[in-house]
Amino acid sequence: MWLFIQNQILGMQWLNGLISDGLIRAGVDIESRLGGSLQFFLYDVIKITLLLCVLIFAISYIQSFFPPERSRKIMGRFHGIGANIMGALLGTVTPFCSCSSIPLFMGFTSAGLPLGVTFSFLISSPMVDLGSLVLLISIFGYKIAAAYVVFGLIIAVIGGSIIERIHLENEVEDFIRQAVAGPDIEPAELTVWDRLEFARDQMTGTFKKVFPYILIGVGIGALIHNWIPETMVETVLGSQNQWGVILATLVGVPMYADIFGTIPIAEALLGKGALLGAVLSFMMAVTTLSLPSLILLRKAVKPKLLGVFVAICVVGIILVGYGFNALRYVLL
Amino acid sequence: MMKIKVLGSGCSKCEALLAATKEAVQHLGIDARIEYVTDFAQIARYGVMSTPALVVDEKVVSAGRVLKAGQIESLLK
Repeated sequence: MWLFIQNQILGMQWLNGLISDGLIRAGVDIESRLGGSLQFFLYDVIKITLLLCVLIFAISYIQSFFPPERSRKIMGRFHGIGANIMGALLGTVTPFCSCSSIPLFMGFTSAGLPLGVTFSFLISSPMVDLGSLVLLISIFGYKIAAAYVVFGLIIAVIGGSIIERIHLENEVEDFIRQAVAGPDIEPAELTVWDRLEFARDQMTGTFKKVFPYILIGVGIGALIHNWIPETMVETVLGSQNQWGVILATLVGVPMYADIFGTIPIAEALLGKGALLGAVLSFMMAVTTLSLPSLILLRKAVKPKLLGVFVAICVVGIILVGYGFNALRYVLL
Repeated sequence: MMKIKVLGSGCSKCEALLAATKEAVQHLGIDARIEYVTDFAQIARYGVMSTPALVVDEKVVSAGRVLKAGQIESLLK
Protein backbone atom coordinates (compact mmCIF):
# COMPACT_ATOMS: atom_id res chain seq x y z
CA MET A 1 0.00 0.00 0.00
CA TRP A 2 2.74 2.41 1.06
CA LEU A 3 4.82 1.42 -1.96
CA PHE A 4 1.82 2.03 -4.20
CA ILE A 5 1.50 5.59 -2.87
CA GLN A 6 5.22 6.16 -3.20
CA ASN A 7 5.57 4.77 -6.73
CA GLN A 8 2.27 5.44 -8.42
CA ILE A 9 0.72 8.47 -6.76
CA LEU A 10 3.82 10.43 -5.78
CA GLY A 11 6.28 8.89 -8.23
CA MET A 12 3.74 8.78 -11.06
CA GLN A 13 5.12 5.70 -12.76
CA TRP A 14 1.84 5.43 -14.67
CA LEU A 15 2.74 8.73 -16.32
CA ASN A 16 6.06 7.34 -17.46
CA GLY A 17 4.25 4.38 -19.02
CA LEU A 18 1.81 6.72 -20.73
CA ILE A 19 4.61 8.85 -22.16
CA SER A 20 6.60 5.85 -23.43
CA ASP A 21 3.46 4.53 -25.15
CA GLY A 22 2.78 7.91 -26.69
CA LEU A 23 6.35 8.32 -27.90
CA ILE A 24 6.49 4.81 -29.36
CA ARG A 25 3.23 5.41 -31.15
CA ALA A 26 4.61 8.68 -32.53
CA GLY A 27 7.47 6.66 -33.97
CA VAL A 28 10.16 7.69 -31.48
CA ASP A 29 12.70 5.07 -30.50
CA ILE A 30 12.88 5.51 -26.73
CA GLU A 31 15.86 3.16 -26.55
CA SER A 32 17.90 5.68 -28.53
CA ARG A 33 19.74 8.44 -26.77
CA LEU A 34 17.66 11.26 -28.18
CA GLY A 35 14.40 9.40 -27.59
CA GLY A 36 15.45 8.56 -24.06
CA SER A 37 16.29 12.17 -23.34
CA LEU A 38 12.96 13.24 -24.74
CA GLN A 39 11.14 10.74 -22.56
CA PHE A 40 13.03 11.81 -19.44
CA PHE A 41 12.36 15.45 -20.22
CA LEU A 42 8.62 15.10 -20.84
CA TYR A 43 8.06 12.78 -17.90
CA ASP A 44 9.99 14.90 -15.46
CA VAL A 45 8.57 18.25 -16.55
CA ILE A 46 5.00 17.00 -16.29
CA LYS A 47 5.58 15.10 -13.06
CA ILE A 48 7.35 17.92 -11.27
CA THR A 49 4.87 20.52 -12.49
CA LEU A 50 1.93 18.43 -11.28
CA LEU A 51 3.61 17.80 -7.94
CA LEU A 52 4.50 21.46 -7.60
CA CYS A 53 0.95 22.65 -8.17
CA VAL A 54 -0.69 20.13 -5.87
CA LEU A 55 1.97 20.51 -3.20
CA ILE A 56 2.20 24.27 -3.12
CA PHE A 57 -1.56 24.49 -2.95
CA ALA A 58 -1.88 22.04 -0.05
CA ILE A 59 1.11 23.45 1.80
CA SER A 60 0.04 27.06 1.42
CA TYR A 61 -3.28 26.11 2.93
CA ILE A 62 -1.47 24.72 5.98
CA GLN A 63 0.87 27.71 6.05
CA SER A 64 -2.03 30.14 6.20
CA PHE A 65 -2.47 28.97 9.80
CA PHE A 66 1.05 30.08 10.71
CA PRO A 67 1.51 33.76 9.91
CA PRO A 68 4.85 35.04 11.23
CA GLU A 69 3.07 36.93 13.99
CA ARG A 70 1.75 33.67 15.41
CA SER A 71 5.07 31.84 14.94
CA ARG A 72 6.84 34.63 16.81
CA LYS A 73 4.44 34.28 19.71
CA ILE A 74 4.93 30.52 19.87
CA MET A 75 8.72 30.83 19.78
CA GLY A 76 8.63 33.44 22.52
CA ARG A 77 7.15 30.89 24.90
CA PHE A 78 10.19 28.61 24.71
CA HIS A 79 13.65 29.02 26.16
CA GLY A 80 17.13 27.68 25.53
CA ILE A 81 17.47 24.92 23.00
CA GLY A 82 13.70 24.40 23.07
CA ALA A 83 13.29 27.80 21.41
CA ASN A 84 15.82 26.84 18.73
CA ILE A 85 13.94 23.63 18.03
CA MET A 86 10.66 25.53 17.78
CA GLY A 87 12.34 28.09 15.51
CA ALA A 88 13.59 25.35 13.20
CA LEU A 89 10.20 23.61 13.13
CA LEU A 90 8.21 26.79 12.57
CA GLY A 91 10.66 27.79 9.84
CA THR A 92 9.32 24.87 7.85
CA VAL A 93 5.66 25.93 8.01
CA THR A 94 5.70 29.74 8.13
CA PRO A 95 5.07 31.23 4.71
CA PHE A 96 8.19 33.13 3.89
CA CYS A 97 9.28 34.96 0.81
CA SER A 98 12.88 36.08 0.75
CA CYS A 99 11.79 39.66 0.07
CA SER A 100 10.14 39.63 3.51
CA SER A 101 13.26 38.44 5.29
CA ILE A 102 14.29 41.85 6.59
CA PRO A 103 10.90 42.87 8.06
CA LEU A 104 10.72 39.38 9.55
CA PHE A 105 14.19 39.67 11.04
CA MET A 106 13.28 43.05 12.53
CA GLY A 107 9.99 41.73 13.85
CA PHE A 108 11.74 38.85 15.62
CA THR A 109 14.57 40.99 16.99
CA SER A 110 12.41 43.83 18.22
CA ALA A 111 10.17 41.35 20.03
CA GLY A 112 13.21 40.22 21.98
CA LEU A 113 13.67 36.82 20.40
CA PRO A 114 17.25 35.61 20.82
CA LEU A 115 19.42 35.95 17.72
CA GLY A 116 20.10 32.22 17.68
CA VAL A 117 16.40 31.39 17.50
CA THR A 118 15.96 33.78 14.59
CA PHE A 119 18.81 32.04 12.80
CA SER A 120 17.43 28.57 13.50
CA PHE A 121 14.32 29.83 11.74
CA LEU A 122 16.25 31.43 8.88
CA ILE A 123 18.34 28.29 8.25
CA SER A 124 15.51 25.79 8.29
CA SER A 125 13.08 27.94 6.34
CA PRO A 126 14.67 27.52 2.88
CA MET A 127 16.42 24.23 3.64
CA VAL A 128 13.53 22.10 4.79
CA ASP A 129 9.97 22.77 3.92
CA LEU A 130 6.93 20.60 3.60
CA GLY A 131 7.21 20.72 -0.17
CA SER A 132 10.71 19.31 -0.21
CA LEU A 133 9.60 16.51 2.12
CA VAL A 134 6.86 15.28 -0.21
CA LEU A 135 8.97 15.83 -3.30
CA LEU A 136 11.84 13.83 -1.80
CA ILE A 137 9.47 10.99 -0.92
CA SER A 138 8.28 10.85 -4.51
CA ILE A 139 11.77 10.70 -5.97
CA PHE A 140 13.96 9.03 -3.36
CA GLY A 141 11.50 7.27 -1.07
CA TYR A 142 10.37 8.03 2.44
CA LYS A 143 13.50 6.93 4.31
CA ILE A 144 15.78 9.38 2.53
CA ALA A 145 13.15 12.11 2.75
CA ALA A 146 12.78 11.66 6.49
CA ALA A 147 16.56 11.61 7.00
CA TYR A 148 16.94 14.75 4.89
CA VAL A 149 14.40 16.63 6.98
CA VAL A 150 15.84 15.44 10.29
CA PHE A 151 19.40 16.34 9.24
CA GLY A 152 18.21 19.75 8.01
CA LEU A 153 16.48 20.49 11.31
CA ILE A 154 19.58 19.40 13.23
CA ILE A 155 21.74 21.86 11.23
CA ALA A 156 19.22 24.62 11.96
CA VAL A 157 19.08 23.92 15.68
CA ILE A 158 22.83 23.51 16.15
CA GLY A 159 23.62 26.43 13.83
CA GLY A 160 21.29 28.74 15.74
CA SER A 161 22.70 27.58 19.05
CA ILE A 162 26.27 28.27 17.94
CA ILE A 163 25.36 31.78 16.80
CA GLU A 164 23.68 32.29 20.17
CA ARG A 165 26.70 30.98 22.08
CA ILE A 166 29.30 33.17 20.40
CA HIS A 167 27.27 36.32 21.04
CA LEU A 168 27.13 38.08 17.73
CA GLU A 169 24.32 40.45 18.66
CA ASN A 170 26.54 43.41 17.79
CA GLU A 171 26.93 42.03 14.31
CA VAL A 172 23.33 42.80 13.46
CA GLU A 173 22.96 46.04 11.52
CA ASP A 174 22.11 48.99 13.74
CA PHE A 175 18.85 49.93 12.06
CA ILE A 176 17.54 46.49 12.97
CA ARG A 177 18.69 46.54 16.57
CA GLN A 178 17.23 49.99 17.02
CA ALA A 179 13.96 49.12 15.36
CA VAL A 180 11.08 50.17 17.52
CA ALA A 181 8.80 47.25 18.12
CA GLY A 182 5.51 47.87 16.45
CA PRO A 183 2.17 46.98 17.96
CA ASP A 184 1.26 43.32 17.99
CA ILE A 185 -0.98 43.18 14.98
CA GLU A 186 -3.56 40.47 15.22
CA PRO A 187 -3.41 38.35 12.09
CA ALA A 188 -6.69 38.73 10.27
CA GLU A 189 -9.23 35.98 10.85
CA LEU A 190 -9.31 34.06 7.62
CA THR A 191 -12.25 32.13 6.28
CA VAL A 192 -11.79 28.82 4.50
CA TRP A 193 -12.38 30.72 1.27
CA ASP A 194 -9.61 33.24 2.12
CA ARG A 195 -7.22 30.37 2.78
CA LEU A 196 -8.10 28.64 -0.48
CA GLU A 197 -7.59 31.91 -2.30
CA PHE A 198 -4.23 32.42 -0.61
CA ALA A 199 -3.23 28.87 -1.55
CA ARG A 200 -4.26 29.42 -5.17
CA ASP A 201 -2.31 32.69 -5.40
CA GLN A 202 0.77 31.05 -3.88
CA MET A 203 0.44 28.20 -6.35
CA THR A 204 0.19 30.35 -9.46
CA GLY A 205 2.86 32.72 -8.17
CA THR A 206 5.30 29.92 -7.38
CA PHE A 207 4.57 28.19 -10.67
CA LYS A 208 5.36 31.32 -12.67
CA LYS A 209 8.54 31.91 -10.70
CA VAL A 210 9.80 28.34 -10.67
CA PHE A 211 8.78 26.92 -14.05
CA PRO A 212 11.85 28.20 -15.92
CA TYR A 213 14.05 26.56 -13.26
CA ILE A 214 12.18 23.29 -13.70
CA LEU A 215 12.82 23.40 -17.46
CA ILE A 216 16.51 24.15 -16.94
CA GLY A 217 16.81 21.57 -14.17
CA VAL A 218 15.10 18.84 -16.15
CA GLY A 219 17.10 19.80 -19.23
CA ILE A 220 20.36 19.35 -17.34
CA GLY A 221 18.93 16.18 -15.81
CA ALA A 222 18.11 14.77 -19.26
CA LEU A 223 21.60 15.64 -20.43
CA ILE A 224 23.17 13.81 -17.51
CA HIS A 225 20.71 10.96 -17.87
CA ASN A 226 21.53 10.11 -21.45
CA TRP A 227 24.68 11.87 -22.57
CA ILE A 228 27.18 12.00 -19.75
CA PRO A 229 29.12 8.76 -19.31
CA GLU A 230 28.54 6.95 -16.07
CA THR A 231 32.26 6.61 -15.39
CA MET A 232 32.62 10.39 -15.38
CA VAL A 233 29.89 10.93 -12.79
CA GLU A 234 31.28 8.05 -10.75
CA THR A 235 34.78 9.46 -10.78
CA VAL A 236 33.71 12.91 -9.67
CA LEU A 237 30.80 12.21 -7.32
CA GLY A 238 30.98 8.48 -6.73
CA SER A 239 32.69 6.31 -4.17
CA GLN A 240 36.12 6.79 -5.73
CA ASN A 241 36.19 10.45 -4.90
CA GLN A 242 36.23 11.15 -1.20
CA TRP A 243 35.98 14.88 -1.92
CA GLY A 244 32.73 14.46 -3.87
CA VAL A 245 30.51 15.82 -1.10
CA ILE A 246 32.65 18.90 -0.58
CA LEU A 247 32.78 19.56 -4.29
CA ALA A 248 29.01 19.16 -4.67
CA THR A 249 28.36 21.51 -1.75
CA LEU A 250 30.72 24.23 -2.95
CA VAL A 251 29.28 24.11 -6.46
CA GLY A 252 25.75 24.30 -5.07
CA VAL A 253 26.20 27.22 -2.67
CA PRO A 254 26.22 30.20 -5.07
CA MET A 255 23.53 28.72 -7.28
CA TYR A 256 20.03 30.02 -7.00
CA ALA A 257 17.29 27.58 -7.77
CA ASP A 258 14.24 26.09 -6.26
CA ILE A 259 14.15 22.55 -4.93
CA PHE A 260 11.77 21.75 -7.77
CA GLY A 261 14.45 22.66 -10.28
CA THR A 262 17.23 20.87 -8.40
CA ILE A 263 15.57 17.53 -7.96
CA PRO A 264 15.74 16.33 -11.60
CA ILE A 265 19.49 16.97 -11.59
CA ALA A 266 19.86 15.11 -8.31
CA GLU A 267 17.79 12.23 -9.62
CA ALA A 268 19.84 11.91 -12.79
CA LEU A 269 23.17 12.10 -10.93
CA LEU A 270 22.07 9.39 -8.51
CA GLY A 271 21.03 7.19 -11.42
CA LYS A 272 24.51 7.59 -12.90
CA GLY A 273 26.32 6.33 -9.86
CA ALA A 274 26.88 9.49 -7.82
CA LEU A 275 26.84 8.81 -4.10
CA LEU A 276 23.70 9.70 -2.18
CA GLY A 277 25.54 12.12 0.11
CA ALA A 278 27.04 14.12 -2.73
CA VAL A 279 23.66 14.44 -4.42
CA LEU A 280 21.76 15.51 -1.31
CA SER A 281 24.50 17.94 -0.25
CA PHE A 282 24.22 19.53 -3.65
CA MET A 283 20.46 19.91 -3.23
CA MET A 284 20.72 21.31 0.26
CA ALA A 285 23.42 23.76 -0.76
CA VAL A 286 21.45 25.03 -3.74
CA THR A 287 18.23 25.57 -1.82
CA THR A 288 19.69 26.93 1.43
CA LEU A 289 22.30 29.38 0.25
CA SER A 290 22.40 31.49 -2.86
CA LEU A 291 24.05 34.72 -3.88
CA PRO A 292 20.76 36.69 -4.07
CA SER A 293 19.62 35.58 -0.63
CA LEU A 294 23.04 36.34 0.87
CA ILE A 295 23.04 39.80 -0.67
CA LEU A 296 19.64 40.38 0.93
CA LEU A 297 20.73 39.04 4.31
CA ARG A 298 23.84 41.23 4.16
CA LYS A 299 21.51 44.22 4.47
CA ALA A 300 20.43 42.92 7.87
CA VAL A 301 23.66 41.60 9.32
CA LYS A 302 27.29 42.66 9.24
CA PRO A 303 29.89 40.67 7.26
CA LYS A 304 31.18 38.72 10.25
CA LEU A 305 27.80 37.27 11.17
CA LEU A 306 27.06 36.62 7.51
CA GLY A 307 30.35 34.73 7.30
CA VAL A 308 29.55 32.68 10.40
CA PHE A 309 26.11 31.89 8.97
CA VAL A 310 27.56 30.72 5.64
CA ALA A 311 30.30 28.73 7.36
CA ILE A 312 27.82 26.94 9.62
CA CYS A 313 25.56 26.05 6.70
CA VAL A 314 28.44 24.85 4.50
CA VAL A 315 30.06 22.74 7.22
CA GLY A 316 26.68 21.37 8.28
CA ILE A 317 25.73 20.43 4.72
CA ILE A 318 29.10 18.73 4.14
CA LEU A 319 28.78 16.72 7.37
CA VAL A 320 25.25 15.70 6.40
CA GLY A 321 26.57 14.60 3.01
CA TYR A 322 29.13 12.30 4.59
CA GLY A 323 26.44 11.11 7.00
CA PHE A 324 24.24 10.15 4.05
CA ASN A 325 27.14 8.38 2.38
CA ALA A 326 27.75 6.37 5.52
CA LEU A 327 24.05 5.50 5.81
CA ARG A 328 23.38 4.90 2.14
CA TYR A 329 23.06 1.12 2.43
CA VAL A 330 20.35 1.53 5.04
CA LEU A 331 18.50 4.26 3.16
CA LEU A 332 18.58 3.22 -0.48
CA MET B 1 -8.82 62.78 3.25
CA MET B 2 -7.92 59.16 3.64
CA LYS B 3 -4.27 58.26 4.08
CA ILE B 4 -3.31 54.95 2.57
CA LYS B 5 0.12 53.40 2.78
CA VAL B 6 1.41 50.37 0.95
CA LEU B 7 4.36 48.84 2.81
CA GLY B 8 6.74 46.83 0.71
CA SER B 9 10.34 46.11 -0.06
CA GLY B 10 10.08 46.62 -3.79
CA CYS B 11 9.33 43.02 -4.71
CA SER B 12 6.85 42.18 -7.42
CA LYS B 13 4.11 41.28 -4.94
CA CYS B 14 4.42 44.70 -3.34
CA GLU B 15 4.17 46.44 -6.70
CA ALA B 16 1.05 44.40 -7.41
CA LEU B 17 -0.59 45.52 -4.17
CA LEU B 18 0.29 49.15 -4.92
CA ALA B 19 -1.31 48.89 -8.36
CA ALA B 20 -4.44 47.24 -6.97
CA THR B 21 -4.73 49.94 -4.31
CA LYS B 22 -4.54 52.70 -6.90
CA GLU B 23 -7.18 50.92 -8.93
CA ALA B 24 -9.49 50.57 -5.92
CA VAL B 25 -9.16 54.23 -4.98
CA GLN B 26 -9.84 55.33 -8.50
CA HIS B 27 -12.81 53.04 -8.81
CA LEU B 28 -14.36 54.24 -5.57
CA GLY B 29 -13.61 57.83 -6.49
CA ILE B 30 -12.59 58.66 -2.93
CA ASP B 31 -10.23 61.38 -1.88
CA ALA B 32 -7.14 59.53 -0.71
CA ARG B 33 -3.39 59.90 -0.72
CA ILE B 34 -1.45 56.74 -1.47
CA GLU B 35 2.09 56.44 -0.23
CA TYR B 36 4.53 53.62 -1.02
CA VAL B 37 6.76 52.95 2.00
CA THR B 38 9.95 50.96 1.49
CA ASP B 39 11.88 52.06 4.56
CA PHE B 40 12.34 48.98 6.74
CA ALA B 41 12.44 50.91 10.01
CA GLN B 42 9.06 52.42 9.22
CA ILE B 43 7.63 49.08 8.17
CA ALA B 44 8.77 47.55 11.46
CA ARG B 45 7.14 50.37 13.39
CA TYR B 46 3.77 49.19 12.12
CA GLY B 47 4.51 45.74 13.51
CA VAL B 48 4.45 44.29 10.01
CA MET B 49 6.56 41.18 9.43
CA SER B 50 5.40 40.05 6.06
CA THR B 51 5.21 42.38 3.13
CA PRO B 52 3.28 43.65 1.30
CA ALA B 53 1.03 45.30 3.84
CA LEU B 54 -1.75 47.83 3.60
CA VAL B 55 -2.19 50.64 6.11
CA VAL B 56 -5.30 52.80 6.15
CA ASP B 57 -5.27 55.89 8.36
CA GLU B 58 -2.30 54.48 10.32
CA LYS B 59 -4.02 51.14 10.95
CA VAL B 60 -2.66 47.92 9.45
CA VAL B 61 -5.56 46.29 7.63
CA SER B 62 -3.69 43.55 5.80
CA ALA B 63 -0.23 42.00 5.84
CA GLY B 64 1.46 39.37 3.72
CA ARG B 65 -1.28 39.20 1.12
CA VAL B 66 -1.67 40.60 -2.34
CA LEU B 67 -5.25 41.79 -2.19
CA LYS B 68 -7.32 42.29 -5.31
CA ALA B 69 -8.75 45.74 -6.04
CA GLY B 70 -12.23 44.50 -5.08
CA GLN B 71 -11.02 43.31 -1.68
CA ILE B 72 -9.29 46.63 -1.05
CA GLU B 73 -12.47 48.50 -1.93
CA SER B 74 -14.41 46.70 0.77
CA LEU B 75 -11.65 47.53 3.27
CA LEU B 76 -11.80 51.21 2.35
CA LYS B 77 -15.53 51.61 2.63
